[in-house]
Amino acid sequence: MSPAGIWDAFNDPNLDGWHQLWIHVRLSLEALVLATVIGVTLGVVAAKTGRVTGFVVSAVANLGRTIPTFALLALAVALSTIGEGPTLVGLVALGVPPVLLNAHTGIREVDRGAVEAARGMGFTPLAVLGRVELPMALPLVFTGIRVSAIQIVATAALGASVGANGLGVLILSGLANADDEILLAGAIPTALLALAVGGMLALAERLLTPRGLRLARASRPTKTMRSTT
Amino acid sequence: MPEIRWDWIERHTDDIVRATVAHLEITAVSVVAAVAIAIPLGILVRGRRVAFAGAAGTADVLYTIPSIALFSFLVPFTGIGNLPAVIGLIAYALTMLIRNTVVGLRSVPAAVREAAAGMGLTPRQILLRVELPLAVPSIMAGVRLATVSTVGIATIAVFVGGDGLGELILLDGIQRQLFLTPILVGTVLATALAIVLDALLVLAERLLTPWTRARAAL
Repeated sequence: MSPAGIWDAFNDPNLDGWHQLWIHVRLSLEALVLATVIGVTLGVVAAKTGRVTGFVVSAVANLGRTIPTFALLALAVALSTIGEGPTLVGLVALGVPPVLLNAHTGIREVDRGAVEAARGMGFTPLAVLGRVELPMALPLVFTGIRVSAIQIVATAALGASVGANGLGVLILSGLANADDEILLAGAIPTALLALAVGGMLALAERLLTPRGLRLARASRPTKTMRSTT
Repeated sequence: MPEIRWDWIERHTDDIVRATVAHLEITAVSVVAAVAIAIPLGILVRGRRVAFAGAAGTADVLYTIPSIALFSFLVPFTGIGNLPAVIGLIAYALTMLIRNTVVGLRSVPAAVREAAAGMGLTPRQILLRVELPLAVPSIMAGVRLATVSTVGIATIAVFVGGDGLGELILLDGIQRQLFLTPILVGTVLATALAIVLDALLVLAERLLTPWTRARAAL
């Protein structure tokens, strides 16, 4: 096993690491965009409608987060068929809960005074949501998106076991053939992709936090809890 | 829509029980080992800004690495089986536990520490009798989080030749023409295991911190 051997395995035309990397990125991105749209929408609905709806939606999302991501992927595929489409459904299903829960909490925790002030200035309910509540909830929403993204990239690698392409194809091939070079030619890019995605979204989170909130946030203690993988 | 085959469950009760027990063992070994490492390490780095920043930074990077990739990095050294999975799971649990241990220890009010010192307690006694007990809620929050996520990630051990409920999902389900029943059984048991262990840990925390209830009763 050598770095050159791993690089050669990644470039092997039969394994085609670059192509699998591209599929992995595309599949993850599609899942993340869909999960974000669904998660934010449901989170807003949960925060805006009655107490009961909010409770039910967040309870279901919490349960969804407890189900192992690999199990969700397997279920999505078993209920339809193997391939990329059902894999995408599974990835969206596991990506929704973190975004939903953070959007729900983010909007509910918006300072009531700010909302009242906007109303007093004659903002319509939609304008209050779009120009006050969502921007103030944005940092927390982005934390949810980052958690989802990391989980989607990780679980997309397992998609290889249910007929989807992606870097997992190299990992599973390496494991099946007891070939460490092929194994690492899949595992190293998977880890780097997750780190790159996590890093980029952490940066976006920081840049998108309104300056006023950044100051308020800096004076607050850090949260100790993190979501599950 | 494929139906649930109850007869398969009946015929494979032994396998299901074996996989569940194996899953529980992998989870227990990983979490207990992580707690045994995290608490002394947390005590060691709590007062050192650079050491804690280093430990927290390493933990963040580790936490982001997908489990299948982390397990795969270990396979060339450990071979396949439960070992690469357990080492990986310990690493993940550590990332959650170290931070919570340090945060818990740091949140002990200085006045409490001074009062203990004023009463003549040695630094060692202060740590064991005052600081650690007061850090229990924060540490237990980390243990609960680590346990629930370990139950989930342990389903991936099967990919590197490990045991557990992942066997039902991957070997009996996906690799046998997407047989729904074992996938469903594995999913339900893994989720139930996470919920039950979390509830037991809530109970354990209540037993470990009787003073929080005494205060509530006043």
